[in-house]
Amino acid sequence: MKLEIVGVSFSYDGRPVLENVTMSVDEGNVVSLVGPNGSGKTTLLKCINKILKPKKGTVLVEERDIREIKLKELAKLLGYVPQTPTYSFSFTVFDTVLLGRRPYINWSISPKDKEIVSQALALMGIEDLALRYLNELSGGERQKVIIARALSQEPQVLLLDEPTSNLDIKHQLEVLGIIRSVVKEKRIVAVIAIHNLNLAFRFSDKVILLHKGRIHDAGEPAKVLTKENIRTVYGVEVEINNSEIGIPYIIPIAPVNKGGHLLWENFL
Amino acid sequence: MTSEGTQQAETESLPCSKLYSKLAARKILFFLVCLVVLVILVPVSASFGSVHLEVNDVFHAIIARIFPFSGVKSSELASVIVWRLRLRWVTMAMVAGAGLSICGAVMQGALQNPLVSPFTLGVSSGATLGASLAIILGIGFVGSGRYFIVANSFVFSMITSLLIIGFGRLRGTTPEAFILVGIALTYSFSAITSFLQYFAEEGDLMAVAHWIFGSVMRASWEDIMLVSATMLICLPLLMKFSWDLNAMTLGDEVAISLGVNPARVRIACMILVALVTASITSFTGIIGFVGLVAPHVARLVIGGDYRLLIPCSCVLGAIMVVTANIIGRSIMPPTVLPVGIVMSSIGGPFFLYLLLKKRRRYWK
Repeated sequence: MKLEIVGVSFSYDGRPVLENVTMSVDEGNVVSLVGPNGSGKTTLLKCINKILKPKKGTVLVEERDIREIKLKELAKLLGYVPQTPTYSFSFTVFDTVLLGRRPYINWSISPKDKEIVSQALALMGIEDLALRYLNELSGGERQKVIIARALSQEPQVLLLDEPTSNLDIKHQLEVLGIIRSVVKEKRIVAVIAIHNLNLAFRFSDKVILLHKGRIHDAGEPAKVLTKENIRTVYGVEVEINNSEIGIPYIIPIAPVNKGGHLLWENFL
Repeated sequence: MTSEGTQQAETESLPCSKLYSKLAARKILFFLVCLVVLVILVPVSASFGSVHLEVNDVFHAIIARIFPFSGVKSSELASVIVWRLRLRWVTMAMVAGAGLSICGAVMQGALQNPLVSPFTLGVSSGATLGASLAIILGIGFVGSGRYFIVANSFVFSMITSLLIIGFGRLRGTTPEAFILVGIALTYSFSAITSFLQYFAEEGDLMAVAHWIFGSVMRASWEDIMLVSATMLICLPLLMKFSWDLNAMTLGDEVAISLGVNPARVRIACMILVALVTASITSFTGIIGFVGLVAPHVARLVIGGDYRLLIPCSCVLGAIMVVTANIIGRSIMPPTVLPVGIVMSSIGGPFFLYLLLKKRRRYWK
């Protein structure tokens, strides 16, 4: 098992955000974390990466308890892509991606580091941006840089927080496609917090549906992303159709109230 | 640095890692050129002033003193002017500029903010309070005679900085915490100083005012040794944080995911910066501007990699303060204008020009 989350609970100032979350991910799998705003997706990713320390429970990466792994060592196992990439001073794209080699570098950069950075840039298709500065790029290009940076860490587990939220539909497909192929090829794991249920449906091997800090349901996309689950967790009535080319799609119809009645009868 | 057009052309023909290495080599070249400029500037600067000396005379005076048996002869006058006065000023200018700029670069990285300088840690207000207490009330913690004011301003600088670091830690060790606590404490300490000055004798007031103007002329060779030693101990320690500071530009969370403990790096850096800044300031008074601007100029040219940014800021800062000292001596001899005044009046507009001229924004 590449990644195991064992009974993780977390609270911000006494307000519980995660309660007893347990899940495991096998190598070569893409897992989507879905759930409404505030359901604990980001918090869970941060707990896995030791950015936050769980109140209870722990995380195992390749069977090792992360509490026993030093930050620098952990950085070789886990790559993290934050929801909103921030930067205080602008580096070139190459320098930014090179930061992914930080856990391996003591002072000088080896040819191997440069090679890995070049490969990550090539994989994301942004080699031609190598010497441009971050603030000169579009949101989509910048997102690709940040993902390339995480890839150059050569992690066993990729943690991505809303990697597609700032992207147009083409970049969305490209980014998720690349992540999926990297996961399959290198037999690693990706855990993606994502709002877009259609993309989650299509690109993941497993979907974990979080509801108020607990796992409401987990399993194959078709099993988890059902009308009933979505109504309960999101409070939205949806229609799930299968397109002619075999890609299912979810159409949100209207929010429902506690009694399960559509709020927008007149809109239909 | 090439224009964007040529960079584009090169991109097509070379793999990006080769291009990157080429660019890196160019940046190192820039650093070396600056270093050569500084080395030349020091003897040249000693020829400027109310008594004009040829650069040759300066060289002879320097060599005659360092290698007494080399046979090089120098006039008594040149030797006195060079060794007792100008070279001492220039060396202090160099050390102060280098130290404050290193501190500025590190502070901007540690607090992830382009607006901070070494004085964000309250050193200026602490030093002023310490000096005012010593001059106006004759109150001091340590030292006597010549070192009375110096020691007092050093102690109060360190107290201010450590208070800011301590309170900032209580508020969560974020950049904002340190900056805001710094502002609050700076105002509080300035208020105490103002109170003292309000009731002070005119003569004491003048003495305080003169002490505050950043000047490189007070420090003796022994003082300069002391400051240099502090710097030589702290500089390698700060350089060691280069990669950590690089990682922290992407924010604390990403830094953690890259194996860096941002809170620890931040506090360690700030303690070292406080030490260097306080030791410089207690001998020179407040030399503002260079600690903010030298790192920015370095960033404009060589980018944000702290492995090169720290040494580059160091050399550029030294060049800036040495130049300010030359100008201060040349404008209206025999009066020597303090470097602090010269630098702010010329450096301010120059920095504005750089910011407006460079299209590329290198901060967020």
